[in-house]
Amino acid sequence: MLNYVIKRLIYMIPTLFGMSLIAFMIIQLPPGDYLTSMLATMAESGQNVDPAQLEAMRRAYGFDDPIWLQYWKWISGIIFRGDFGYSFEWNRPVADLIWERMGSTLAISIAALLFVWAVSLPIGIYSAMRRHSVGDYAFTFLGFIGLAVPNFIMALALMYFSYKVLGQSVGGLFSPEYVEAPWSWGKFVDLLAHLWIPIIVIGTSGTAALIRILRANLTDELNKPYVVTAKAKGLPEYKAVLKYPVRIALNPFVSAIGWVLPELVSGVTITAIVLNLPTAGPLLLRALISQDMYLAGSFILLMGVLTLFGMLISDILLALLDPRIRFN
Amino acid sequence: MLAHTFIEGTPETGPAVSSLQAGKPIETAVAGPWRLIWTKFARNKVALVAGVIILALYLIGLFAEFLAPALPDAARPQFTNAPPQELRLFVTEQDGSQRFQLHVTGYTMSVDQVSLRRSYVIDENAVVPIGFLVKGAPYKLWGLFPSDVHLLGPLKSTDTMYLLGTDKLGRDLLSRLIHGTRVSMSIGLIGVAISLCLGVTLGAISGFYGGVVDLVIQRIIEVISSMPTIPLWLGLAAAIPLSWSPLTVYFLITLIVSLFGWTGLAREVRGRFFALRGEDFVTAARLDGSSERRLIFRHIMPSLTSHILAVVTLALPTMIVAETALSFLGIGLKAPVVSWGVLLQDAQNVRTIAGAPWLLMWPAGAVVLTVLAYNFLGDGLRDAADPYES
Amino acid sequence: MTVHPLSTGTQPAGDEAPIVLSVEHLSLDFRLRTEILHAVRDVSFVLRRGETLCLVGESGSGKSVTARALLRILDRNGAITGGRILLGNQGEEIDVAALSDRDPKLLQIRGGRIGLIFQEPMSSLSPVHTIGSQIIEALRLHRRMDKKQARAETIELLRQVEIPNPDKMVDRYTFEFSGGMRQRAMIAMALAADPDILIADEPTTALDVTTQAEILDLIKRLQVSRGMAMLLITHDMGVVAEVADAVAVMRYGRIVEAGSAEDIFHDARHPYTVRLLNSTVKLEQNQRTAARAETSTQARQPVLSVRNLSKVYGASSAWFGGNSHALKAVDDVSLDLYPGENLGIVGESGSGKTTLGRLILRTVEPSAGTVTYHGAGAPMDVTALSKQGLKAFHRDVRLVFQDPFASLNPRMTVKEIIGDPLYVSGKMRGAAIEARVAELLTLVGLDPMAMERYPHAFSGGQRQRIGIARALALDPKIIIADEATAALDVSIRAQILDLLLDIQQKLGLSFIFISHDISVVRYFCDRVAVMRLGKLVEVGTAEQICTQPQHPYTQSLISAVPNPDPRNKRMLHRTRYVA
Repeated sequence: MLNYVIKRLIYMIPTLFGMSLIAFMIIQLPPGDYLTSMLATMAESGQNVDPAQLEAMRRAYGFDDPIWLQYWKWISGIIFRGDFGYSFEWNRPVADLIWERMGSTLAISIAALLFVWAVSLPIGIYSAMRRHSVGDYAFTFLGFIGLAVPNFIMALALMYFSYKVLGQSVGGLFSPEYVEAPWSWGKFVDLLAHLWIPIIVIGTSGTAALIRILRANLTDELNKPYVVTAKAKGLPEYKAVLKYPVRIALNPFVSAIGWVLPELVSGVTITAIVLNLPTAGPLLLRALISQDMYLAGSFILLMGVLTLFGMLISDILLALLDPRIRFN
Repeated sequence: MLAHTFIEGTPETGPAVSSLQAGKPIETAVAGPWRLIWTKFARNKVALVAGVIILALYLIGLFAEFLAPALPDAARPQFTNAPPQELRLFVTEQDGSQRFQLHVTGYTMSVDQVSLRRSYVIDENAVVPIGFLVKGAPYKLWGLFPSDVHLLGPLKSTDTMYLLGTDKLGRDLLSRLIHGTRVSMSIGLIGVAISLCLGVTLGAISGFYGGVVDLVIQRIIEVISSMPTIPLWLGLAAAIPLSWSPLTVYFLITLIVSLFGWTGLAREVRGRFFALRGEDFVTAARLDGSSERRLIFRHIMPSLTSHILAVVTLALPTMIVAETALSFLGIGLKAPVVSWGVLLQDAQNVRTIAGAPWLLMWPAGAVVLTVLAYNFLGDGLRDAADPYES
Repeated sequence: MTVHPLSTGTQPAGDEAPIVLSVEHLSLDFRLRTEILHAVRDVSFVLRRGETLCLVGESGSGKSVTARALLRILDRNGAITGGRILLGNQGEEIDVAALSDRDPKLLQIRGGRIGLIFQEPMSSLSPVHTIGSQIIEALRLHRRMDKKQARAETIELLRQVEIPNPDKMVDRYTFEFSGGMRQRAMIAMALAADPDILIADEPTTALDVTTQAEILDLIKRLQVSRGMAMLLITHDMGVVAEVADAVAVMRYGRIVEAGSAEDIFHDARHPYTVRLLNSTVKLEQNQRTAARAETSTQARQPVLSVRNLSKVYGASSAWFGGNSHALKAVDDVSLDLYPGENLGIVGESGSGKTTLGRLILRTVEPSAGTVTYHGAGAPMDVTALSKQGLKAFHRDVRLVFQDPFASLNPRMTVKEIIGDPLYVSGKMRGAAIEARVAELLTLVGLDPMAMERYPHAFSGGQRQRIGIARALALDPKIIIADEATAALDVSIRAQILDLLLDIQQKLGLSFIFISHDISVVRYFCDRVAVMRLGKLVEVGTAEQICTQPQHPYTQSLISAVPNPDPRNKRMLHRTRYVA
């Protein structure tokens, strides 16, 4: 088991390297650099720029170094000092800005993941066991709708619905009076009142996808000889199904984190922009538009790393669940 | 001990069955794979309907200029955020009798005394007669053939016909939606074409040769597919300079969307290549003396194409949604290009939507309908892709 | 059609063991998409205490469905349409067919009164639960034991089915067991609740012949010691002869003939039973000795010589993951094949026989050794051939595959499949190919009109004929047949073997016939090579190997083959080989 975990960790290294390259590429992509655009803005507004000061800044940020050296400076800063670079727009180190936002991104992603599991497990089992029943068709249809409605459209629709029908404004995570307030029961309830929309928005397509996967897998498993064995043993049908095929069909369910998580993080990003949630999404968009690239690149890198660790956890869970993986 | 018994009579030659369906079974012995796939696909009525919808959407995109009642950017500032006008068949004459006349109801303007804002209210009594194949604003079909005939429009060109309402600049939403269909649907098609080339080539190489090549390609796929897509799209799309022409932006967005869309395809192709490479019939073909090329194109590819078709169909909606999302956030396509995503930019916040819900409803409806249809079609294709499984 | 009872008069009526289960006029249907399949029609039989009834039939005869109907575990689209299944218990009788799906009595019967063993021991046990937990569950269900008792009892059961170290194996998973061990565990589970009846559905089909013999022995012993009634379902007349007291032959959902083992084997009346027996017994004789008595192999030049051929797997990847033990799939094998000869290679699973075939063709690269082919020109060293040279070699030495479904591309017509080697070799085009394909189809006994059809329109046996036609297309000198008849029903098997012999007569081919089935090899081959764990243990004439094997492994192998004659059960004088 330990061997397996170590092996998986080693396998992660090239992937992490690839991700850092992509993030770095995005940082480098916009033509010119922040100083150039700052210069343009200052010149426009009639301010004088001291060429010597500019040169000093250039050297300090290494804008003239060869590209690989810039990459090395950037990545070694992150790995060894937790230094993600400097946000020119906020005039603060990137590291100061990202952690809180990444924390809320992670929290909402996990909440959405739990929602996805909690909803799709019973429905998936029901649909597989009562295939072609009215309930199965209803869930299948809802599932198709869930897959077809893009996150941001669903967010807009729910916002409109909530505004029109419930008379509730739904932006943000808290009502204005609770934003700065210390934690209390009232604040928690307020949070829940706000949280349901993003969770449904983010989780729906994943839920729909997982229901389909579980239904398909379970349908396959239900025809396996070991289910007949369990029935021939004298187990009642529901017990035979819950103990054996469901247990095995759970494996893809757990490994689904691998691809559901990137989708959820993706979903959180765009949904947060629409619903104005204090997660990485709105800040990332703003950083990108103002070409504050170290901030943007760090967000993208961290989101990638986040999903990668999610996958690692799912692989470990899978190994715990399935002895065939654990022993090989 | 069991007594010795046996059945006398002519031995039976096959299992006992009674047919549930009248008529003779389809002669499948000489039916080629594509006919079997079609037979299997056609049994799925939902997928069939979805296919027709997709086809219709492409036709709408193809003949956008002719189908749209007005030009997409023709603005009438006096009719901003005007609600949809209802299409009616009969007018009531003075004497109370009904007369057939295709028409829409007109507007009356009312001014809010407090905010001094103008708003439009449907006037049940005002009649704007409309007709088919009317002369309207001149256009060039596909930029080539000049014409001014529109499928549907008001008989008097000064009249208004806003079947789906107008936006904040007083532009006809229906016309913009139809023109947006062209852009949004084509972006999916071009994007998927690029993805297909990348995915099939890399997937086939990976699956056929295996070894180090496979390992490297698999790592790349893993990196790309474990990055959350929307932040990546944002990062890349934001790098497109604002000054570039709309057409360049259009192609770059397509490229960005497809750069991350090929991994699923590559995986599918690789997996099937791996499976097929080990199949006995491929070994047999190898022993028959087939070259690698012939092995791939004559023996393996034909078993793959139907599956690829299904995966491509399922990948298309992702591309469309990606463009829509990027444009919605303001870093994808921009005016004067019209796409569904660009239209949705007008529905950014609750206040706007509450005032003019049609601005959200119709473009969003178009996106959802398209994605839904593609999913049903893709599912149908996937189920039919292997006509030989029982 | 009428049922004919024959007054046998062999058994006095009072002497018989009590009936524990009687099936009366059982019928059941499956609802398919376009039709209703009457899978079982009017089937009646009885099971008696301490006796074994064998239900024999080829694939699709309805024998497995019948067995499952006794426990009411049918697929959703199947339903019993008539008849009774009476489970007797000292005067009190339950009609299983009439119980509702949710009746608690049904759950008591499943596993409690009737135990069930399946063919595929791998997939019949859950891969993610330990062997022990699956047996303990059965004990706790039917014998109301607490966990500790159940565990102790499970270990005892594993001991009874002769699993070594039962106290350790109880916590192992199925994939850590060999096929034979899994089947033993399966038997332990079926016996856990001490049932009156044991149903064994092809319990040894997936196993090697020596393992089969041991499992059959075990089942028989347990049955006798526990006094159970057994319903054994099989397609193998040899197995029937070894274990059956009574036999019922099924075909297309009906029992066409039933009687004592003696009646069926020595007084068969129904033409199907006769045919089934003939095609089984026929394989007991060598076809070649009579026809080719003149062959003296020593004098002539071999057409193919294999020298010191080896294949080692897993040796090179030792630097990563610590996988240091190498597997010698083929270990230092030397063989000669003479012109016009049929050389059989027999061995159990894992013996390396299939790998040997692939090494000769070089679809797998050998680790060491040489293969020399003496064709029309100078002798060629196959292991050193270039790509072009290998292509030429593959024109002369052809392969016939085991699986007639996987070896034909479903998306090509028969004409395209058989014509492909002709097209690729550049020998002919268009009409010439068509003429040649027609000729080949006639040769293998198929209608040339069928060449426009796709493989899915053919049965397994017909597909194998198509595969043979493809192998013959380029006028080969040698054909390597890898388990070419293993996937076919026994009556079809004999037909295909006769076809191959016939073609050999006409075309003067040499065959390398790889098989796990000793009777097939005996029927078909001049000489036989026996392989075990990658090594060649013995080579000799077919007759010598089958009647006077020298090597102890061959002796145990031959003695494990069931004999299709209840008067002469081979299992009684079986020898075991301990390596």
